[in-house]
Amino acid sequence: MTTTPVAAADWLVVAPVALPILCGAVLLMVRHRIWLHAWIAMAGTSLMLASSLGLLLRSLSAGPRTMVMGGWLPPFGIAFTADVLGAAFSVAAGAVAVACCAFSLSDIGSTGRRYGFYAFFMLLMAGVNGSLLTGDLFNLYVWFEVFVISSFGLLVLGSEREQIDGAVKYAILNLTATTLFLAAAALLYGAVGTLNMADLTLALRAQTAAPIHALAGLFLFAFAMKAAAFPLNFWLPASYHTPRIVVAALFGALLTKIGIYALLRVLAMIMPGGLESFGGLVAWAAAATMILGGLGALAQSDLRRLCGFLVISGIGVMLAGLAVGGTDGLSGTILYAIQSMLAMAALYLACDAIRDRGGDISLNRLGGLYASAPLLAAVMLLLLLAIGGLPPGSGLWAKVVVVKAALDHGFGWLAFCVLASGALSMIALARVFLLAFWRPAQAPAASVTPPSPTMLLPLLGLSAAILWIGLLPETVLSISRLAAGGLVDPAAYVGSVFPGGLR
Amino acid sequence: METAFAGLVAIFFAAAFYLMLSRHLIRIVLGVAILGNAVNLLIFTAGRVVRETAAIVPEGADMPPAGAANALPQALILTAIVISFSFLAFLLVLAYRAYQELGTDDTDGMRVAEPAEEPPPPMGY
Repeated sequence: MTTTPVAAADWLVVAPVALPILCGAVLLMVRHRIWLHAWIAMAGTSLMLASSLGLLLRSLSAGPRTMVMGGWLPPFGIAFTADVLGAAFSVAAGAVAVACCAFSLSDIGSTGRRYGFYAFFMLLMAGVNGSLLTGDLFNLYVWFEVFVISSFGLLVLGSEREQIDGAVKYAILNLTATTLFLAAAALLYGAVGTLNMADLTLALRAQTAAPIHALAGLFLFAFAMKAAAFPLNFWLPASYHTPRIVVAALFGALLTKIGIYALLRVLAMIMPGGLESFGGLVAWAAAATMILGGLGALAQSDLRRLCGFLVISGIGVMLAGLAVGGTDGLSGTILYAIQSMLAMAALYLACDAIRDRGGDISLNRLGGLYASAPLLAAVMLLLLLAIGGLPPGSGLWAKVVVVKAALDHGFGWLAFCVLASGALSMIALARVFLLAFWRPAQAPAASVTPPSPTMLLPLLGLSAAILWIGLLPETVLSISRLAAGGLVDPAAYVGSVFPGGLR
Repeated sequence: METAFAGLVAIFFAAAFYLMLSRHLIRIVLGVAILGNAVNLLIFTAGRVVRETAAIVPEGADMPPAGAANALPQALILTAIVISFSFLAFLLVLAYRAYQELGTDDTDGMRVAEPAEEPPPPMGY
């Protein structure tokens, strides 16, 4: 047991988790004063983003930071460990949260607020940040459940028939995935006798008797289901188009990427031997996910469902980097995940703006937006390039890294699939641009109101971030390389949890 | 002792997956409930079944006596029970609401969010 107080700067490790929980609690207390909700949520998400940024800077300058709960030394106390990977994902998630929160100011009315939209929102962010920063496998399960139950609340907000239908499929399949994750964690505990991630990393490298392949298979199944990888992806297009679009933006940007994060942390860092034995399977799943996601997107007329399939297609590219492995493959996965969070949130929010301006969400009836909403057209063009993987969008560099790693490691066919899926997403989104923007208006516009700044500003902010990654990729590239290096050689991570070198 | 428990866990999992393969929502929900309990029993078994000595540190010592019951799985199960209970409560309400709104508990009939006859996107400009 340690009795010295935690250094003040290390409280930053839990700040991105503690702040949203605090805000969620305050929001519940002032449940009936709904005019306060938006302000508390805006302040909460901004502070959360600031603390994530501070954490990223600190982990870049001083290495991974660890804080243990209650002064119990690891592996007995629950550790929170922020390395570059977790902190970088947390910054991207914070940016998406600020954008979605600002967007929701005009999108979520008083009914949604009274129902507890912002409380669910903040608790979802607590779960997301908790998953990214925890250093304990069972604790990771708990944070998974925190964001899953908040997402149930957000998903059924409004209780329309479609939402109930989508929520049934989403709830049961996500619950099955997290329960199987818990089963895998229990078996791992039975085999190794610890749940601390740093301790597990050491133990599984030292001990070869553990049934590591069976365990890795179970973890892969559970996390691939969370990440919506083929053939475990069917819950996503069944549910992500049913809630409010700002909720869908939050889900599409964050929740599947937490599955990818968990795959990176558990398979690439804790049990790399297990990942190697499933490398071929992950590669096939990646190829099927990105191609079928792209084909699915081509078949949709509802913009929201089209976005859902593009989320799946992006997951395939991230899995391709994971299958290739090594610092270069993993850094491709990390870079793609970070930029995809921003791009997917922006795409969903742009769909909401399109529905707002064009009066419809179906490609069969939209049209004429190029004339009536030129700024939205510019944003959409950038998103089309970013998700398709063309300059000046952010997707270009992520795909370059993944494709180069695949070619270097002898996965030529996987590199081809990444490029083919980029072409498919490009066609799907170019058709949106052609039909919704360039085609003349299908019906006379009912009423043209100027878009509210709370809708435009978050879209422009996310677009600026995407353009920044696309034009000046060096910062994010080096962060993703550092994060991947920390997974391949976890000595710094382990050293921050066990500073004395003892376990 | 662990072998017998492992067999029991296997029966729990088999029953849970059998129920979850059903088309009827209420059976799926029951399957999810059994699945949660299967995992709780699995955690308990993975922590090794010891029943002779309570996990209480004697006065003057700083470790529990040898052969003491493992306290950690019990803490984990307590957490998992609370979570799976709250999820079950949510799922039961959701299943009831789905029956009210959609008029069926047959998952094959739940096509409101994904209508079968949705028109394809326009093929030409």
